[in-house]
Amino acid sequence: MAKYLLRRFGFIVLTLILASVIIFSATQLLPGDVAQVVLGQFATETAVENLREELGLNRPLHEQYLSWAGNFIKGDWGNSLVSRLPVRPMVLGRLKNSAMLAGVALLLYVPLGIILGVIAALKRDKFLDHAIAGVSMAFVGLPEFVSGLLLISFLAIGLGWLPANSSIDPESTFVEAFRYLILPAITVSLTGLGYIARMTRSGTIDVLRTDYVRAADLKGLPAWKVLFSHVLRNALLPTVTVVAMGIGWLLGGLIVTEAVYGYPGLGRLLVYGIQRRDLPLIQACSMIVVTVYMLSNLGADILYSVLNPRIRVGK
Amino acid sequence: MSEMNEKANATRTVLDVRDLTVTYNTENGPLDTVRRASLKIAAGEIYGLVGESGSGKTTLARAIVRYLPGNGRIKGGPVMLGEDNLLKLSRAEMRRIWGKRITMVHQDPAAAVNPTIPVGEQIAEMARTHLHMNKKEAREKALEMLNKVRMPDPEAVYRRYAHQLSGGMLQRVLIATALTTNPELLIMDEPTTALDVTTEAVILDLIHELLSEFNTAILYITHNLGVVARICHRVGVVYAGELMEEGTINQVFKESLHPYTRGLLGCVPRIDYNKRTIALSAIPGYIPRPDRLPAGCIFAPRCDMAEEDCRRARPPVVEAAPGHRTACRRFEELAGVPLSASLLRRTREPRERREGPLVLEARNIKKYFTMAGSIFSRGPAVVRAVDDISVRVRGGFTMGIVGESGCGKTTLARCIAGLEEATAGEIELEGQILPRSAAKRPPELLKKIQMVFQNPDASLNPQHPVGLSVARPLILLRNLPAKEIDKRVRELFQAVNLPEDYIHRLPHELSGGEKQRVAIARAFAAEPALMLCDEPISSLDVSVQASLMNLLVELQESKGVSYLFISHDLAAVSHLSDWIAVVYLGRLWEVGSAEDVFAPPYHPYTEALLSAIPIPDPDVKQKRVRLKGSVPSAMQIPPGCRFHTRCPRKWGEICEKEEPPWQDAGNYHRICCHIPLEELQRMQGEGSIYQADQAKGGA
Repeated sequence: MAKYLLRRFGFIVLTLILASVIIFSATQLLPGDVAQVVLGQFATETAVENLREELGLNRPLHEQYLSWAGNFIKGDWGNSLVSRLPVRPMVLGRLKNSAMLAGVALLLYVPLGIILGVIAALKRDKFLDHAIAGVSMAFVGLPEFVSGLLLISFLAIGLGWLPANSSIDPESTFVEAFRYLILPAITVSLTGLGYIARMTRSGTIDVLRTDYVRAADLKGLPAWKVLFSHVLRNALLPTVTVVAMGIGWLLGGLIVTEAVYGYPGLGRLLVYGIQRRDLPLIQACSMIVVTVYMLSNLGADILYSVLNPRIRVGK
Repeated sequence: MSEMNEKANATRTVLDVRDLTVTYNTENGPLDTVRRASLKIAAGEIYGLVGESGSGKTTLARAIVRYLPGNGRIKGGPVMLGEDNLLKLSRAEMRRIWGKRITMVHQDPAAAVNPTIPVGEQIAEMARTHLHMNKKEAREKALEMLNKVRMPDPEAVYRRYAHQLSGGMLQRVLIATALTTNPELLIMDEPTTALDVTTEAVILDLIHELLSEFNTAILYITHNLGVVARICHRVGVVYAGELMEEGTINQVFKESLHPYTRGLLGCVPRIDYNKRTIALSAIPGYIPRPDRLPAGCIFAPRCDMAEEDCRRARPPVVEAAPGHRTACRRFEELAGVPLSASLLRRTREPRERREGPLVLEARNIKKYFTMAGSIFSRGPAVVRAVDDISVRVRGGFTMGIVGESGCGKTTLARCIAGLEEATAGEIELEGQILPRSAAKRPPELLKKIQMVFQNPDASLNPQHPVGLSVARPLILLRNLPAKEIDKRVRELFQAVNLPEDYIHRLPHELSGGEKQRVAIARAFAAEPALMLCDEPISSLDVSVQASLMNLLVELQESKGVSYLFISHDLAAVSHLSDWIAVVYLGRLWEVGSAEDVFAPPYHPYTEALLSAIPIPDPDVKQKRVRLKGSVPSAMQIPPGCRFHTRCPRKWGEICEKEEPPWQDAGNYHRICCHIPLEELQRMQGEGSIYQADQAKGGA
């Protein structure tokens, strides 16, 4: 087990190095000269040249990469080209916001998705199964700006239960922010729910068909016991992976939802950076998103191996 | 066995199934997959339900426990368990019967044990649910049950997971689970089919021993007649959903009153006859589909005794003798006709087995697999799958290779075929050294070695008409013109007894046996000098196996091809082979002519294999030589003689320290063992199945 973890961790380090190379190269490929973009169309040749010098853009690419990567590891993520402020606090603040939203959303859609998936599997090919599949797929297909606006018009404007705008103060604590998190969390949950439910459904159906579940039934165990101790533990293994992938998506990919609610999350920051060619910001955001993906997958693998003795204990 | 019967008859009936019909609602309307089945089992009795795949035996068992899929319905009945009619009970009431009064042991032990719960816990939950024990008592009970099934080190096994135990140990766990509540009825559905023959023998012994202790009624479902003969008291033979014959073991195996039973018994290869003396009496045709049942006797289309009246109306099941029921109209004509009368004797001049040119000489073949090591682990682990094996095959003869699963026999064949590149060794075919990898062999060498695989489903392209599959070698390896190919394909289909219109069918339209015939036709298309048959009949039904073995023999005689026939089925190997090599843990232990290998002196491993074969003849008394434990991993091969950890005749310390020498028993019969041949002969001298049966002149 320890050896397994060590190996997985080694892989993560390798993947992060590879990702950093890709991110760095990609930002170099963005169209237009960075200095020119920053200074605007009407800047003088000398001003552009001076900025290029200052940013180190004249040095060979590999040198640029190494110094960027070195600084990044040391915690110096550079200054924003636009605001000239250090990037790090900006990104970490947004990461905190995204994490809050992700947390609420996960608590909302993971248990619900699992419950719906298990119900659908138990009622396979009956009305309830089709109903769950139909509704959850409809939500997955519904664009977030549509579902978001619908939610706003009903729950916020119509009933007035919740605030329509979630542009919270960057300094606000979780408790303060909670009211503002509910609507965006419901919006993303509608998307995430369908995936979890489907994964759980197919995982459960697979396990329900196994010989060992048949054997457990024929041992005369109570039906709930067969479900909880024999079916679910095996059936939820694939779901764990989907949840982990969801975490990465929640932290870095909620661009539309964050925009609809005006929520200051990591996704919107990244878009903002891209629009303004703010290289250090783009790089830092991307690295954070990649790292979160890696770590949540590692978490999933660990959880997977805890649940699955075939990995946890060898022969 | 007869005093056991009396004892069984004297006790009460546990299960009484009357007139049970099971119907499945399918897209093509309702299908009766089991029709009007009746049977009774008494306490302490093992009732064998034997039949080929699709005969409905498992469906019958599921119907008895009321565990049918949603589209299954039960008609008729009652199904009495003691005083209760199970068909009248609700689902919730059945749950109280399951596990408490009826338990089951399933076919594939590795699949029937939950992989994420320690195995002991899975026994304990039985005790908690039905015996209302607390956690600690249940644990004690589980350990006691593990002890009862002779599990080595129960404390440690309790905490293990399914993947850490061998198939035989898992099956013990399932048997322990099933007996925890001391049920009235135990249903075992092919409990040893997924196990090696030596493990099977140990499990069968165990079932027999436990029976006297628990006095449970056992319904034992199997396709294997030999297993039935070894452990059952009474037997019911099912065919296409109906009971054809029922009686005591002796009645059914010795005085069978149904042509189907007789047909099945004639299909099974016997250790005491081989291809030189008999042809197997395969049953022509196939099992009818439940939606196209013949109007009269369902066996009539395949029966050589059928007459007009048989085809008109379904014959009733009659009691021909006390306890002996048959569904054959003409059973009286069968009474008194010995089964051996149906043996198709052959008179073939035996060919001197040393004559003919050497076709294959494989010298010192080794195949090591390196398990993925990584930068973090301490060097790679090496699996020595084949570790220095040499074999020779002469023109027109068959070399049989036997051994348990994982012994390396398939890897050896794949090395010879070049599908795996041997790590070391030389492969010489008709005097020419072959490159080790098939990729480096030119077409004219490739065509000389062909292979028939175990699973025809996986070896035939599902998108190609089977005729095209047979044509492929003609195109690729022999470069024939299109017209010639057409003609050759039709000839090949004829040679393997397939109708010509099959040429255009897709594999899924063929039965398993037909697909294997296509695979054989494809192998012969290349006109090989050597055919490697890797368990070609193992996945097929008994009656189909027989016809394929006959086909292989015929083709060998007409085409003069040599076979390397690989199987774990000793009876099949002994029937087809001229020479036999015994493999264990990547090494050869005994080589000789089929007769010599199956007669003493033999290697202790061969002896154990022979004593384990289930023989479908209750009169044959086999010696009990059983192997301990399971096959060691090929990554950690024991030092000295690699068989010493399990050897029932371990000679002494020398076995653990030194590799045994090859000893020559004459007539090219060689044994690799420390025990001197005279000593082996003395220990094994009498009681060899082969000789015992010969002495009786064959039943």
